[in-house]
Amino acid sequence: MGASQSARTEHEFKDLADRTGFSLEQINNLNKRFRQLSSNKETLSREDLASIPDLDNNPIRLQIINAFFDKRNLSQSEVGIVQEIGFEEFLMVLTHFQPAAMDITEDNREKLRRTKLRFLFNMHDTDGNGIITLEEYRQAVEELLSKAGTIAPETVKAIADAAMLDVASTTRGKMEPDEFYEGITFEHFLQILKTLDIETTMHVRFLNLDTANMRCGK
Amino acid sequence: MRGISHPTSGAVGEFFSKRLSMTMKLAVYFLTTGLTLLTLPCGSFTEVPSKPSGTVTVLPPVHPAGGPQAFPNAEKSDLPVFAMNYSRIQVPFEITLWVLLASFAKIGFHIYHKVTFWVPESCLLISIGLMVGAIMHAVHEEPPSVLSYNIFFLYILPPMVLDSGYFMPTRPFFENIGTVLWFAVVGTLWNSIGVGMSLYGVCQIGALEVQDINLQENLLFASIISAVDPVAVLNVFEDVSVNEQLYIVVFGESLFSDAVTVVLYNMFTFVAEMPVVETVDVFLGVAKFFVVGLGGLAFGLVFGFVASFTTRFTSNVREIEPLFIFMYSYLAYLVAELFNISSIMAIVTCALTMKYYVEENVTQRSCTTIRHVVKMLSSISETLIFFFLGVVTITTEHEWNWGYILFTLLFAFLWRGLGILVLTQIINPFRTIPFNFKDQFMLGYSGLRGAVTFALVFTLPDHIVRKKLFVTATICIILFTVFIQGISIRPLVEFINVRRTNRNLDTINVEVHSRLMEHAIAGIEDICGQWGHYYWKDKFMKFNNQILRKILIKDNQAESSIVALYKKLELQNAMEILDTVSEGTSTAPSVISLRKEKGPGKPKRKFVAADLRKMHDILSKNMYKIRQQTTEYTTKHSLPNDSHTKEILIRRHGTIRRSLRLRSFQSPDEARNQKYFSLPAGKSLDWRQTDNGEDETLSGGGYPSAPRSRIGQPSRSSSRVSLPLRRLDTLTEVSSSAGVDLVDERSGGRGRAGGRGKSRLNSSSSDSRVPAPPCHFDSSEVFHGNRDSMPEQEEPLSLSVTWAEEPSDHDDSSTQNPLLRRPRWNPVKPKNP
Repeated sequence: MGASQSARTEHEFKDLADRTGFSLEQINNLNKRFRQLSSNKETLSREDLASIPDLDNNPIRLQIINAFFDKRNLSQSEVGIVQEIGFEEFLMVLTHFQPAAMDITEDNREKLRRTKLRFLFNMHDTDGNGIITLEEYRQAVEELLSKAGTIAPETVKAIADAAMLDVASTTRGKMEPDEFYEGITFEHFLQILKTLDIETTMHVRFLNLDTANMRCGK
Repeated sequence: MRGISHPTSGAVGEFFSKRLSMTMKLAVYFLTTGLTLLTLPCGSFTEVPSKPSGTVTVLPPVHPAGGPQAFPNAEKSDLPVFAMNYSRIQVPFEITLWVLLASFAKIGFHIYHKVTFWVPESCLLISIGLMVGAIMHAVHEEPPSVLSYNIFFLYILPPMVLDSGYFMPTRPFFENIGTVLWFAVVGTLWNSIGVGMSLYGVCQIGALEVQDINLQENLLFASIISAVDPVAVLNVFEDVSVNEQLYIVVFGESLFSDAVTVVLYNMFTFVAEMPVVETVDVFLGVAKFFVVGLGGLAFGLVFGFVASFTTRFTSNVREIEPLFIFMYSYLAYLVAELFNISSIMAIVTCALTMKYYVEENVTQRSCTTIRHVVKMLSSISETLIFFFLGVVTITTEHEWNWGYILFTLLFAFLWRGLGILVLTQIINPFRTIPFNFKDQFMLGYSGLRGAVTFALVFTLPDHIVRKKLFVTATICIILFTVFIQGISIRPLVEFINVRRTNRNLDTINVEVHSRLMEHAIAGIEDICGQWGHYYWKDKFMKFNNQILRKILIKDNQAESSIVALYKKLELQNAMEILDTVSEGTSTAPSVISLRKEKGPGKPKRKFVAADLRKMHDILSKNMYKIRQQTTEYTTKHSLPNDSHTKEILIRRHGTIRRSLRLRSFQSPDEARNQKYFSLPAGKSLDWRQTDNGEDETLSGGGYPSAPRSRIGQPSRSSSRVSLPLRRLDTLTEVSSSAGVDLVDERSGGRGRAGGRGKSRLNSSSSDSRVPAPPCHFDSSEVFHGNRDSMPEQEEPLSLSVTWAEEPSDHDDSSTQNPLLRRPRWNPVKPKNP
């Protein structure tokens, strides 16, 4: 695997490994995959990802692909979309899917939780204004159900509406009749999903998993 | 053929006197049912096939002539006016009484919840059995020899494994299937071989006087005692909601270790008879092991699919619908037995396979029936075995060998602990969430031995010389694990604070987002080119949706579990609203005092302006609100939740009617309105109309057409609403069979006519006659509590009548039994998101 890599990349990978928490083997593996996807270019474009045949059946493939090109997932501050990503960015996105370490502290767990949820949140918040509006929510639900066969559009809408109302009532408590709930903020997002064990469920088993090196947010 | 007989039945004279004493005792029977039963000389269960060893069959205690000669010492009587033929009914009679007694015991200790909270049920059953055994011992009677090899394997074991298989939480199971199988198969092998070898080593010590036990017998014994049965542990785990991984591993281990044990048992019983064991036999044994296991798997799959396919066509024979499930599972079991392959694997696979499809094909009622019967049968089997265990412990002759028994206990614990430690070390690198030390400890500690173990050792062939010693040792280990570990596990779990999990996947948001997350994970796996669980899940789902569902499911409407959950929650929520409303408006008017309502009675105090406003708030806001706290249907003691859905449907009928009437009778309502309430007119007139309209419908004042038939007031809140139950045309069309069914359940078959034809409830919403789409909110005014739209807002409710009783509701059924409480684990089946 790593045999073809030069010493320079070897060093780079070490650096990446330190920053992302992946092990060297994993990074090598992922790099191989990255090159395969990008047909040996330095950067990966949207089309490269869209052409993955396995992804065709994924109802939310667009959202997933978008997530790779979303600046918010690459760095915390910026908003916007990039056209191409390098390997480092690719890894940065994937870090959201690292499993939690066994001996994670409560603080880190919370941090990890926030990171992971933020990733999901960004997937829904397509315009990047920090709020999932009803439209965006509907869009998400619709995509989610798009592979499910015959579901009436009304149902989809109703589900999104119901979910939205649920958010509203959980986060705001009793609302005045003429109050308007503009959308889900991240704080509300955290609140409604507090029963979801995201830190233990949202992870991919990266090949050559080495639990000793798993440290998120390190 | 007559089988095992009691020792005295040879001599005729003795036999006669016995008859007499039996007859006399029969009278006492009805006074002290259970205990007297056991004192009967019921040594001969006539239908018990003879044991493999071929015990000498002696004259059965039945009159050769057959006739009604219950008074044998009477002289040649002409025509007996009164006659008893006890021997004829003896077997079923005694079995019935046994079951009854055990069930009474169950009722008994469920009265005090504290007892069952701290002490596992198996302990209590064994204790009762011990008591009964003590009584029997005191009167020198033998226990009935119900339990034979064939009886156990053909009648008692299948329900127990069917139960585990059917209620296996599918999703966590498949997510952890590798670990489960690893622990179940390898772990059981490890235990059997480890314990067997060590015991064999110990047997070489001269001081123990057990040199005559050879290696094969030791291995046989070890394989018997390595079947774990941690029902009590699972109970506790469920209560404290430990993490899913731990739970499912313990659950799966219990299931598959049974399978492995039975295979080993059969193998070793065979081997134990062989004079010489050669190397080739060992390899043959290994090969057989795989053939047996995989063969069982294949048979189970075949029968599962056939069963699913059959239920496609049962819509016209609803009465026998559940029967197919049992027959096919049993058939799978029997055929597997026929070919000597693992029947447990077969029945479990069959149940797992068909469950998903069958539950979509059959009606809600059939589904409930299936679940209840499965539970009931397994509960009977298990109860009987534990009970019997208690009795046998006291009444049989034991061969007590301190050394052997203590070493057995020691090795059983040692090897299990060691096995868990070693096996987790091996499996952990492959797991995304590795087991930590606490988990490992709990895994090791949950190795309780139970019913299967006892039954296996009790049905050992007689040519095994030290069978008595084995029985004694097994009973010891069962008692020890069940009592000491079973009781201490709850405090221990609390004490060491095992990782817990939050399993309330109830809100729609959580559902949506966890689905999204799964898809995201699958997508990432695809992008990384790695095949994880989700990859296979995706692939299977695709295959399932494209092929399997089309073949196996009647009206193939792929439905996402989110939609299902949404409908379910909507339904439930609507019921809560109605509860709230009826609390506000119609609590007071009981059936009798409806008329008096106008008077200055207690009813009035409810309707102050603030209350009204609150009610309005609740209504307008909750109409679509999916409640977060849907605790009701996750509580463990609520049995299949159709009681809820029933209520809601009845209520909903009422609501629709109310809203329909409302429109036609608006003006009188308004007029009356003024009498009831002292609100400033015009301010919230519409609201009051609605409110009052409901009220009015209830009181029946203005609507002579409404029949006064009340829904019986059986249970809790439904009595409050007490709606007239006239079926309107709208309802007939909107509702479907279950809706109607439940109406007729409550009201004695009144509404049976309409709904039968329509089989399923989850017909898409387009079936509904109610034209309004479920969504009443535009993005701009979603959260407006629009007062004026109150009457219209009722319509979405009526719409969702078509959504009543989803198949996914099935997951909600639950009893005290831990396995039924599974819904919390797997609230939604992975359908096709």
